[in-house]
Amino acid sequence: MMVTLRLNGTRRSVDADPQTPLLWAIRDIVGLTGTKFGCGIGACGACTVHMDGQAVRSCTTTLADAEGHDVVTIEGLSPDGAHPVQRAWEAHNVPQCGYCQPGQIMQAAALLKQTPHPTDQDIVAAMAGNICRCGTYLRIQAAIKSAAEAEK
Amino acid sequence: MTTIVNMSRRGVVKGIAGMTGLVLGFHVGSRILPFAAAATPTTFVPNVYLAIDETGLVTIVAHRSEMGTGIRTGLPMVLADELEADWTRVKVIQAQGDAKYGDQNTDGSRSVRQFYQPMRVAGASARQMLEAAAAHMWGVTVNDCRARNHMVVHVPTGRQVAFGDVAKVAATLEVPPDDRLELRFKPASERRYVGKPIPIVDLNDIVRGKAIYGIDVVLPGLKYASIERCPVYGGTISTFDATESLKVPGVEKVVAIPAAAIPSGFNPLGGIAVIASNTWAAQQGRERLKITWDFGANASHDSDAYRAQLEATAKQSGRVVRNQGSVDSALASAARRVSADYFVPYYAHAPMEVPTATANVAANKCEIWAPTQFPQGARATVAAVLGLPLDDVTVNVTLLGGGFGRKSKPDYVAEAAVLSRLVGAPVKVTWTREDEIRHDYYHAICAQHLEAGLAADGRATSWLHRTVFPAIESTFQPNITYGSSGELQQGVTDMPYAIENVRCENGPAAGQVRIGWYRSVYNIPHAFAVCSFADELAHAAGKDPVEYLRELLGQPRKLDFAAMHVDYPNYGASLDAYPVDTGRLRGVLDLVARNSEWGRPLPPRQGRGVAVHRSFLTYVAAIVHVAVGDDGQVAIPRIDVALDCGLVVNPDRVRAQFEGAAIMGISNALYSNISIKQGRIEQSNFSDYQVARTDITPQTHIHIVESSAPPGGVGEPGVPPIAPAICNAIFAATGRRIRALPVDPAALKAT
Repeated sequence: MMVTLRLNGTRRSVDADPQTPLLWAIRDIVGLTGTKFGCGIGACGACTVHMDGQAVRSCTTTLADAEGHDVVTIEGLSPDGAHPVQRAWEAHNVPQCGYCQPGQIMQAAALLKQTPHPTDQDIVAAMAGNICRCGTYLRIQAAIKSAAEAEK
Repeated sequence: MTTIVNMSRRGVVKGIAGMTGLVLGFHVGSRILPFAAAATPTTFVPNVYLAIDETGLVTIVAHRSEMGTGIRTGLPMVLADELEADWTRVKVIQAQGDAKYGDQNTDGSRSVRQFYQPMRVAGASARQMLEAAAAHMWGVTVNDCRARNHMVVHVPTGRQVAFGDVAKVAATLEVPPDDRLELRFKPASERRYVGKPIPIVDLNDIVRGKAIYGIDVVLPGLKYASIERCPVYGGTISTFDATESLKVPGVEKVVAIPAAAIPSGFNPLGGIAVIASNTWAAQQGRERLKITWDFGANASHDSDAYRAQLEATAKQSGRVVRNQGSVDSALASAARRVSADYFVPYYAHAPMEVPTATANVAANKCEIWAPTQFPQGARATVAAVLGLPLDDVTVNVTLLGGGFGRKSKPDYVAEAAVLSRLVGAPVKVTWTREDEIRHDYYHAICAQHLEAGLAADGRATSWLHRTVFPAIESTFQPNITYGSSGELQQGVTDMPYAIENVRCENGPAAGQVRIGWYRSVYNIPHAFAVCSFADELAHAAGKDPVEYLRELLGQPRKLDFAAMHVDYPNYGASLDAYPVDTGRLRGVLDLVARNSEWGRPLPPRQGRGVAVHRSFLTYVAAIVHVAVGDDGQVAIPRIDVALDCGLVVNPDRVRAQFEGAAIMGISNALYSNISIKQGRIEQSNFSDYQVARTDITPQTHIHIVESSAPPGGVGEPGVPPIAPAICNAIFAATGRRIRALPVDPAALKAT
């Protein structure tokens, strides 16, 4: 079956079962691999994308759920990797293995869109669903604060 | 001075396509090159790690796997520094698995330790050859030519030539004027990159989602596989029915992977694989499989019963692995005796990228793309499983989405190879998170019993330590029940305290699941027990724990293992270059105590704990500040870590490793636990296998000792002291002693 999405600003028709998780449709069918698989149950945040500007877990969002909505992946967050969150991630040398970071960045970007000047509590609340097994949390928190400052 | 020998006169270069240039041979490996560029006569390729083309682009081969430590940046920094290359004109490429690079098994925190010097040699020799080529070009004496930041300069005249232009000359020179070259290394004061916080080479790709991990590999005609494996280690398939699976749209085939006999080592566990046009379809098809299993010998494994058995064993005498003085008589005559039992459970690795690999078997050759810590091991395993010669197996190494020891075992790589042959197409195997949690090579469960005798003044006069755990070798060989010297060196036989009477023992335990290396390995349970027990002794003696640790460490000295009748492998390093030096332990203890507000008063139900431990040749001390809620929940406002790892290549990545190790130590201490009933793992995913999240993150301060000592490990040594320091802090906060992990908040409720 064909399902039509707006993905990173472009209309895409995806030939797949509408119950396919958005994650696997994006990765295996569309071929954008920046969005990562981590758990499949919405418990780790590695697969986070934006749907109409909100952070969602693409592993528990079906193609049917996403139909007709604006979906943005890490590849579409900025044309050149210069979104304030991406710049802050580089300035703080956040990534270790880097695998979870697209999901972390998408989660952080959604937070700052909604709450441009988050408190420490806001940051912890927004980011607690995103696991980093390398343990880069300290730098993630610092980078989010820097990105918020940069936008003031 | 290291002498390097020009090998080109000896015919070594024969067979290297298009190679006409200078070829130096030295102990870091042979000279057969991965570079396509090497085929052009204008590219200067002095060794397996380096090529410089006529545009001046310097290509450096990273032969160790990148799983987050920054090694793919760190070792090339060392080479580029000695080469006098401009880092902005360096490109790093990843090596395939091949013995010509030397050891590629990226584990044991040893990449910098083992390859710092070979990288310096590779850089310095190439630099000197460029200088020689410039001298040849100009007809001047080589001693007047010096490489500086991607140029060679003729010092008396100031004349310069760019690396690209001189590389072209170096590549066409028949033979250097002398077949021996005395290497000159740069003095430390002239280093451009070593010791500087250089960002990792993959940083920009990572933040844009462009970095390629194993799970991201795509080939034309790729099929996707999901494998149902027996829930019990060693079980086999009795019957299966794939009728319903094959009805799932996208599912193409269902095939069986034969189970390896146990212990299965690096071989595939076996199972039923569903092959489909995408991952989701494969997983859906897999859910519809009907399989009856013969669960085999481990179907009665129960981790609670097993724990009780290990604890009972730890109460009895074991095999003596270290012995000094007379522990029994000293214990009998002690003014005070203290004893305690400690327990650490099984853990799963849970790297964020699950095990995954892509294989293409065609024309009786196999090409692999995999996130592997051990490319040569993956190659050998695939060759053995497919019955192919090693030369017909190629292993391409992607970035790893975390490793922590899991990806040093190539079972998942062999699965992809077997499936590609069975299916006749390229196949990507991707484990689910449930697969990863339930079919891991688990961190060893461990029970320990400690006893000490104290003199009337509180001084420790005797120390008895028994440890019981399934050995990693039990995953590879039958009938292994005792730990190896390499396992017992990790916090048992190297106990650093100055105590007159010491006996360490190891009791037997048979492995009933796959046991494997997990970041810092047996140092986790052993440091937990030893550093907790030291704290218990301090409290028994009525002394400040930091002060008591200073007394325990005693006068600075190097442990004399021969005198203690200890077989001490020292992580494969020489004890001359890397002694166990209690003075350096004291150094990190003092450094962390000075910087952590140790001794400053805290509110009720808050406390600080300390632990100090050497592992992987690096000395680490941690002080943790905890706040225990009335509900028993533990918060960690602050962690201070001091470390002495000798020479530091990239201080920012060293800090990052210790920041991350603190988080992994918190996971081990507070959250993670694998339990087993009827041979089946009870946990399944991050919902019930808990790891630290951002909410527990402490303010973390890393204090690095400046040192020019030979480089030690960095990836692992930060983990072991964290859990005992947390539990010692909990004792300071609440008076409750934690002797089993993970911490049970119910035991810490305010009464």
